[in-house]
Order: sequence, then C-alpha cells, then structure tokens
Amino acid sequence: MGEIVRNIVRIFAGFTLLFGVYIVAYGHITPGGGFAGGVLIGGSFILLTLAYGKKLALQKLSRSMSSTLDSLGALIFLFLALVGIAGGYFFLNFLPLGKPFHLFSAGIIPLCNIAIGMKVGASLFAVFIALAMVRVVKHEDGTTDYLEETDDTEIKQ
Amino acid sequence: MLELYVLLGLMILGAIIAVETRELLSSIISIGAVGFILCVAFLRLHAPDIAITQLVVEVAVLIVLIRATIGRDTAITSGRGEFRSIALLTGLVAVIVFFAAMGLRCAPPFGEPLLTVSGTYLETGLEKTGAANIVSSVLLDFRAYDTLGEVTVLFASVAGALLFLRKKGKKTENG
Repeated sequence: MGEIVRNIVRIFAGFTLLFGVYIVAYGHITPGGGFAGGVLIGGSFILLTLAYGKKLALQKLSRSMSSTLDSLGALIFLFLALVGIAGGYFFLNFLPLGKPFHLFSAGIIPLCNIAIGMKVGASLFAVFIALAMVRVVKHEDGTTDYLEETDDTEIKQ
Repeated sequence: MLELYVLLGLMILGAIIAVETRELLSSIISIGAVGFILCVAFLRLHAPDIAITQLVVEVAVLIVLIRATIGRDTAITSGRGEFRSIALLTGLVAVIVFFAAMGLRCAPPFGEPLLTVSGTYLETGLEKTGAANIVSSVLLDFRAYDTLGEVTVLFASVAGALLFLRKKGKKTENG
C-alpha cells in the first residue's frame, strides 16, 4: 500500500480500536453494543493488515490468539446465561442494577456486551486472515489446490 | 402437545437420515424436510411470522444447495415412484395449509398490531434492567436468548470457514 495509506493507518488504527472498545463498554448507555464495537475492533486489525501486511498484524494478534478469543467470548456469554439458572432462570440479570446512565449499571448487560465484542472482533479478524492467506491454484489437469501463503508480502489489491 | 412431539420426532428422524444417507441429494432433501417440519411446528405454536421466515429461508437454502449438488449426483426416479412422491407432496402441502390456517386464526386483525409486548419493554425497560440504552436492554436482557442464538450461528459459521480454509491437517488430493 502507498505511503499515504500507511501514515493514515498508523495514526488511526489505534483510535479505531479505542473507539471500538468505547462502543462495547458503553453499549448499555449509548447506541451501539457488542456487535458494532466488535466489528470496529476487528476492523482496526484488518486496517493494519491491509496497510502493513499480515506479518505485523499477526504479531499484534496471532491466529491462535484470535481463535481463542473467539471461543472464549462465546463461552463467557453462555456462562453468564447459565449462572442465571442458579438464581432462577436462564439469562437472569443476577448482578445489582446500579444507577441508570452510569458505566457500572445494568447488571450483566455490559459483561455480555464485552463477551460479544470480543467474540465478533476476533472472529472477523480470524476469517479475514484465513481468507487473505489462501491462494487458489488451478492446475492444468483441472484440479484446484488451496495453498496457504507463507511469505509475508503485502496483500494484493 | 402430542402433535408437537410427533413433529419433533420427525425432525430428528430427518436429521438422522440426512447424516446417514449415502447420496448427497437425498441428504439435502432430508435437510429441507426438517426445515419444513420446523415451519409446521412454528405454525402449531401460533407463530406465523417466524413460520414465514423459516419457510422463505428454507426454500432459498434448498434451492442454493440443490443447485450446488445437482451436477454431481444425479439419481433420477421415474414410474411408480413419481406418482408416490406427488401424492406425498400433496399430503405435505395439505398439512402445511392446515396448520397455517390454524396459526393465522390467532394473528391480530389487519391494521391492528398488538404491540403490547414492545410497549411493556419501553415502559419498564429502564427500571427492570437498569440499562439506559433500550436496544441493549432488549437484546441482552428481554431477548437475550435470541442473541445467544445469533452468537451461536456466528460461531458456527466462523468455525466452518476456518475449517475449510485451514492448511494444517488437511488431506491433499495426492494423499
């Protein structure tokens, strides 16, 4: 990618990540939530990949790490739902509700948002990296192979 | 309640056939049958809107899947089998129409939406959940079960994509 894109991404990738975290954390007070914020978080890593190549982005968030975060987010959400059974029913809001319009309010809703944000961001990045790394090779005898690129060149446009 | 258990049993049977059968096309048709029985079950539970969504999605998915497999697996039936399948299809359509009439009878009359549930959410959302964002309180408290379903769908699709795009442990055509 060009110099302009690299410079702009260098400045804005961090802010994109931060904004994603904000959208997730304040999902119960302001518009947004786990899904929207998670897409922003994943998008910041995708921006890094597009501007600086896979190597740098994978240093920040490796593939196994993104898979782990993906699974962990889903499991935390399910765990929060299951803990509610102990107090009565599935998805019982077991934490104190607190004062409305404060960051620590609304019981388990912010925790659910964080779990979903983690899940969505990590899975978006994992799928993007998996798609970016596959190269389709068509052989002359009609068969096709799906090879994984090993070199750390930039992704072609 | 009994017919619901019959429908559930048929769905489980269809799923087992879809996994166990050797032909790809038969497997897809069994999956389609499971979807249609689920649609009938939704109608039995008086949920016509979900039944319509289920029917539309099922038809679309079935068309895509059949289009994808029809070139690879061609088993043609003819003769007496054809008459039998037409009779079976007519019976299935009759079943769907019967349950649709049953389900639509309790739908609200046209032009009078029964928005009692959403009204309650709007009125009591803040005091019940403590979340200032009413959308969040619906998504993650009143309807958290739906969100769990969405997360599960997302998880399954991502796991499937990563499974097909992996390199490690994959069999190549050369063995």
